[in-house]
Amino acid sequence: MSPRLDDEDPDRLYTVTGGRSRVDAGAVDLVTLIVSESEPSTGMQSEHVRILTLCRRPTAVVEISADLGMPVSVVKILLCDLLDTGAVTARHPSVTRVSSSPGVHPSLPDPELLKQVLVGLQNL
Amino acid sequence: MDSRTSDRDVRTPLRSTAENGLKIVIVGGFGVGKTTMVRSVSEIRPLSTEETMTRAGVGIDDAAGVQDKTTTTVAFDFGRISLNDEMVLYLFGAPGQERFWFLWDQLFAGTLGAVVLVDTRRLADSWYAIDRLEHHGTPFIVARNDFGGPQHTLEQVRDALDLSPEVPLVDCDARSRDSSKAVLIALVEHLHALSSARETTP
Repeated sequence: MSPRLDDEDPDRLYTVTGGRSRVDAGAVDLVTLIVSESEPSTGMQSEHVRILTLCRRPTAVVEISADLGMPVSVVKILLCDLLDTGAVTARHPSVTRVSSSPGVHPSLPDPELLKQVLVGLQNL
Repeated sequence: MDSRTSDRDVRTPLRSTAENGLKIVIVGGFGVGKTTMVRSVSEIRPLSTEETMTRAGVGIDDAAGVQDKTTTTVAFDFGRISLNDEMVLYLFGAPGQERFWFLWDQLFAGTLGAVVLVDTRRLADSWYAIDRLEHHGTPFIVARNDFGGPQHTLEQVRDALDLSPEVPLVDCDARSRDSSKAVLIALVEHLHALSSARETTP
C-alpha cells in the first residue's frame, strides 16, 4: 500500500493544524460522532467550515477524515479547537464491558449490547 | 481503493439520534476481499482514509507528529451500518501484514471483535493476524472467502491455520450481501456466547 500522505503538501498540513502535532487522542475515537452546535462564522479557517457543515448531522471522525482527505490524526487536531469552543460536541462510543477474570484482557462487550447489535444485523 | 472525494454530497447522513459508534474489524491479506465484504453490507459506498503514526508512539496515548520523520501512513477502507436509531456499526478493512500491525493496536482499540478473511490459496497470509489477535485477546472468527472450487474442507483449513476448536470457521462469498451479513452475525453470536459465558462464570 503506497503512503498517500506523500501526495499531500506537508506545508499545508502544517498550516491547517497551526503547527501542532499532538492531541489527546484518547479523547476522540475513530467512531466518535461529531455534531455541529453552531454555524460557520466569517473568518473561520476553511477546514473548520467544512467540518461544521458536514456535522450538521452526526458524523464519525473517520468519515470527516475521508471527506476532508486528511489523515485521522490531523482531523483530531482540527476537532480539538472546535470542541474547545463548543462549536461542536462529541458523542463518544459507549461499550459496556463485562468484568473479566483477573489477567484476562481485554474484557468483552456486555451481552445486552451484543444482543442489540445482533438484532440490528438480522434486520438488515 | 475508492476515491476519497466521490459521492460526498449524496452520502446518506446518519440519523440525528445516532450516538454510539461501534467497530468491527475485517482483517486479511491483500486482495482477499476485505473491501468487497465491506461494500456488500455497508449502507454507504466504502470510504477510504489514512492514519499516520510513529513507532515511538506505540503504547502511548497520543497521535503522531505529522512532521515526524519516522511517521508511517496506513490507508484503510470502511463502511457503516445503522443498527437502530442510536447505534452505528463501522466496518474497517484492515491490512493484516506484519509491517502494519503496530498501527492496529491504537487504530482499532475498542473493537467489538474481528473477522479474519482468508483465501485458502494463501493461508499463510493469515497466520500473523490470527497470532496477533490471539495474543491481544481480541475475539474473532475466521471466514473463508470462496474463490471457486473448494479444494479443502473446513477441517483442513482449521488444521492449516492451527485454529483452536472454539474459534468459529465459516464459508462465505464476500460479494454477497446475505453471505457477508451471515459472517457478521456469526461473529456477534460468537461474541455473545463468550460474553454470556463470562458473565455467568465469575
